[in-house]
Amino acid sequence: MLNAELRIFQQMVRSFANDVVAPVIGDHYEARTFPYEIVSQMGDLGLFGLPFPEEYGGSGGDYFTLCIAIEELARVDSSVAITLEAAVSLGAMPIYRFGTKEQKEKYLPSMCSGQMLGAFGLTESGAGSDAGGTKTTAVRSEGDWVINGSKAFITNSGTNITGLITVNAVTGTRPDGTKEISSIIVPSGTRGLTVGPSYSKVGWNASDTHELAFDDVRVPLENLVGAEGRGYAQFLSILDEGRIAISALAVGLAQGCLDESIKYANTRMAFGRTIGTNQAIAFKLADMEVRTYTARLAYYDAAARMLRGEDFKRQAAVAKLYSSDIAVTNAREATQIHGGYGFMNEYPVSRMWRDSKILEIGEGTSEVQRMLIARDLGVN
Amino acid sequence: MKIAVCVKQVPDTWAEKKLKADTSTLDRESADGVLNELDEYAVEQALQLVEANGGEVVIVTMGPERAAETLRKAISMGADAGIHVLDNNLAGSDAIATSAVLAKALEGRDFDLIIFGSESTDARMSVIPAMVAERLGLAQVTFAQKVNVDGTTLTAERVTDYGFDTLSATLPAVVSVVEKINEPRYPSFKGIMAAKKKPVETLTATDLGLDPSVVGAGAAWSAVADFAARPPKPAGVVISDEGSGGTSIADYLTTSKFI
Repeated sequence: MLNAELRIFQQMVRSFANDVVAPVIGDHYEARTFPYEIVSQMGDLGLFGLPFPEEYGGSGGDYFTLCIAIEELARVDSSVAITLEAAVSLGAMPIYRFGTKEQKEKYLPSMCSGQMLGAFGLTESGAGSDAGGTKTTAVRSEGDWVINGSKAFITNSGTNITGLITVNAVTGTRPDGTKEISSIIVPSGTRGLTVGPSYSKVGWNASDTHELAFDDVRVPLENLVGAEGRGYAQFLSILDEGRIAISALAVGLAQGCLDESIKYANTRMAFGRTIGTNQAIAFKLADMEVRTYTARLAYYDAAARMLRGEDFKRQAAVAKLYSSDIAVTNAREATQIHGGYGFMNEYPVSRMWRDSKILEIGEGTSEVQRMLIARDLGVN
Repeated sequence: MKIAVCVKQVPDTWAEKKLKADTSTLDRESADGVLNELDEYAVEQALQLVEANGGEVVIVTMGPERAAETLRKAISMGADAGIHVLDNNLAGSDAIATSAVLAKALEGRDFDLIIFGSESTDARMSVIPAMVAERLGLAQVTFAQKVNVDGTTLTAERVTDYGFDTLSATLPAVVSVVEKINEPRYPSFKGIMAAKKKPVETLTATDLGLDPSVVGAGAAWSAVADFAARPPKPAGVVISDEGSGGTSIADYLTTSKFI
């Protein structure tokens, strides 16, 4: 399904994941530390600039290329994969897609090289799936935006190399009474911006996630990203794409569960033979492959539609819903196949099990995906 | 300087390899073809030398149609061009025939240096670099862990059982490298896309002026008479240490003739 260049690229990311990520990521996960040295090498390989043109320091690939990289990384570790996904799809993409030429020239080169990470401030403690419930506000005052409020669960927002957060804030009220939302760049270190301590998470423990507080944070008016009042429409389109990337991440995790389980089933002895010779195990492995393969087709198709410029909203939702669902299933089965060892943190499948659940929640819950699919089918 | 790096497509190092029942040759379809790992060190060394001294790197391979992808991968690390010797008559060639083909592909192109990985992960004979050097009448420095070029003088550390020898040779020369020599770079996405536009010359045995009777399975000096699957790993011996663990281990190793 992939052309020669993409196969070579996929092989490259696979070797990188196996040789560079796999040996050290377990320790980062246990210690809950951010893998700066891995991120820096990913930057050297051009992974953070994949879908961006070379004039902004990008690699000149496309969104599908990014998905291939995310899948291969997630096959070994999801923390690293989500760091890349969030940095590109949520951090840099809004600026690339909606920013001014000046904003792109100022921020994209260092984001593409992986020297700087951008974060996307959308979710709030009281506004997740219902982004219309956003309470953070931005008002104009003496040539600045003054931002007040807070954001929750923001990926890549508190690393040493985080350079900016694109904050979605209420900037007015429409005639029909609904909130008008705009996206505004807040550079890290701006006065009044407080980055909370790292969350204690169930999974993705080597990724960076924080709560953010904005207390009279002032940034210049030109930090507005895209049109004023268009923030809602803008982030919806960013999230549509992001679903394909999260689907790729879920497929990678599902594949990683299968890889680890095959290895284990072919070597672990019980009752005088390898456990893979038992149909109960062999069929589990076959089913894991069926699920992974099908989910991969779904995201490949959604990405292909997107790149052809066709409508892909429903297909992206289908891919995200299905692949996150099967990622959880494969992780559960992989843990079961590993028996007691699957419950030990030193085995990669335990990490995958912990990392799988968030996939049904982040970037649109499974319920939101079903809602989108049903609506798109014309169900009112 | 002009450097050639000879690379080979091998079955994925980690895959279970099988021999074909009918021809007793490696079943190359049963596993993904990848660039021989040690050849990555050879490519890296060539790139480093060219980065320091200027020049170009040409990747040379002999192999079936699908070896073209391996050639591309090697080029995508940063090389400038490729030569692919592609001919069905070459299938089943032994080391002697392979060295003849490679020597023909390399000769008359004014290479200052020809670099090989010290062995392939499938055949593991390590003889091709020496054979090619011999056929071309060039100096050979094999198993190098360090290579320097100064003008037309090459200095290298050759790994030995007792450490290493420092050798020097006058260019042009043939070198084979071991994995200690460097840390091969990953091809970046940009490099992969750029490799698509680099020139690759595809040649047959006839193009190289080789007599078909000296290559291929028919001309091989050796043949596999028989083969069998590897027997399953026997259960290990567990020695519990009740004060005499060391002695028990030594006894076991003596019985097994390890010591």
